Amino acid sequence: MKSVLPVLTVIGALMLFWIVSVVPMNIHLTADLAQRQDILVTPDTPVARQEYSGIGLALRNPHLFGMTYTLDRPRLPSPHQVAVEMWNTIALQNITSRRSLVFHGWVTLSATLLGFVIGTGLGVLLAVGIVYNRAMDMSVMPWAIASQTIPILALAPMIIVMMGAIGIQGLFPKAVISAYLSFFPVVVGMVKGLRSPDRMQLDLLRTYYASPAQGFWKLRLPASVPYLFASLKIGISASLVGAIVAELPTGARAGFGARMLVGDQYGQPLVTWAALFAAALTAAALVGFFSLIERWTLRRMGMQAV
Amino acid sequence: MAAETIINAQGLNLTFRTNDGPVHALKDVNLEINKGDFVSFIGPSGCGKTTFLRCIAGLEQPTGGDITVNGMTPEEARMARAYGYVFQAAGLYPWRTIGGNIKLPLEIMGFSKAEQAERVGRVLELVDLAGFEKKYPWQLSGGMQQRASIARALAFDADILLMDEPFGALDEIVRDHLNEQLLQLWARTEKTIGFVTHSIPEAVYLSTKIVVMSPRPGRITDVIESPLPKERPLDIRDSAEFIAIAHRVRDGLRAGHDDV
Repeated sequence: MKSVLPVLTVIGALMLFWIVSVVPMNIHLTADLAQRQDILVTPDTPVARQEYSGIGLALRNPHLFGMTYTLDRPRLPSPHQVAVEMWNTIALQNITSRRSLVFHGWVTLSATLLGFVIGTGLGVLLAVGIVYNRAMDMSVMPWAIASQTIPILALAPMIIVMMGAIGIQGLFPKAVISAYLSFFPVVVGMVKGLRSPDRMQLDLLRTYYASPAQGFWKLRLPASVPYLFASLKIGISASLVGAIVAELPTGARAGFGARMLVGDQYGQPLVTWAALFAAALTAAALVGFFSLIERWTLRRMGMQAV
Repeated sequence: MAAETIINAQGLNLTFRTNDGPVHALKDVNLEINKGDFVSFIGPSGCGKTTFLRCIAGLEQPTGGDITVNGMTPEEARMARAYGYVFQAAGLYPWRTIGGNIKLPLEIMGFSKAEQAERVGRVLELVDLAGFEKKYPWQLSGGMQQRASIARALAFDADILLMDEPFGALDEIVRDHLNEQLLQLWARTEKTIGFVTHSIPEAVYLSTKIVVMSPRPGRITDVIESPLPKERPLDIRDSAEFIAIAHRVRDGLRAGHDDV
């Protein structure tokens, strides 16, 4: 709990930066609106105002500051606008409604979790293969690394379209993209974890004439647990990003990604921002959940986190 | 009384291939170890004392010569689980309790649950750690951890105990105490012990047979049969006999160095 104060300080600084930025970001839109309401604005034509930077225009019209925080379609919404939009779409909507962020959140979360399970399973299997099989050791890792250098934004539509062409739609293609992003940290972490026992510990098992399977279950696997959790925390957030990215370029009609896109296309920044924050909170909750399981598991195993 | 030879090395050679060329770790090593002996291997770093112990254990393959353990090859002896091995570090699994760590070899060798529990209790008693079964390794001092690792090596009743500088990382007071305990343990269990050390007093205090080795190439320069009685209080180290043996060991070590 020592980290509470530093974390709050950083959040406070970011909020302050955000709040201050709202004025120059929105001042041009605000000036246009104010003029239509017969409020005096300097300079008094949109063309003349274009000559000014946001800060310059704001300094000449300090009486408009308040209005910059309440625009319907701001360039940068203020924190309280985002909070109100989130309250309206999370708490005040029936969760089966298309207007509910909980509904969209579940659509994304279900793909995230399925993809995460697939990615983690695949990652662990590949790691075991890499550690126990020399051919896999030399061949798989370069490809795993190469796979992560391909921009997922380019790959995602291809996967969705191609899977659609063979009749697979909905949850599964999104989960595939989630798995694509989440298997990698698991492979890297588990290879490191399974190889963490030192020579002496391996020799000890040799003196017992232990079988390779016994070496795996009694030494390598338990030794890799702290590494696995470090990977799972990265993997679950990568999974969420994958699911959202999978929704963006493909015209998905539900999910956080779809909400972000709708907000963009229909000029409703509040919708985009609310979806963005809901996604961030979801990611934080998922990582927090795994941190709790990690602490619980390692304490039960009598170990500390790496 | 003709004692039974348990470990017999004849003309043993071992050359490691390294990037800097071959390293002659063992050259023409001949040694017989009898049942119930406490044999210390002493010498400077690189003299091959640990390598020789690993050859006995079948953890290294000699490149020449013969070695038998209980009349078998070291590999067969390892399969027959003929020895317990204690390493420089305790190497206890942090995720297992002390009892769980001692059960490790027993689980691997397929002892029944009841027998595992019985043996854990017995060997913890032997190393004076009764009551620590449920503690985790980090809750024990370094000396206690090393005792737990000795208990782990004793748990499956191998006749031979191989120890590679087991007390090297401990301070002298703890080490004296553990040496005393080790002698009592040896007297009670009548095991054959191979013990690597670079401490002259430790070697002389513990051993019935002291093997002095020297490096480049690793070889035996002297084998001393200790005339000290089996019963050895710590103050035997002030006796004239003890000092005489220590002298001979030191001379052997120095002679090995002069050759280089």
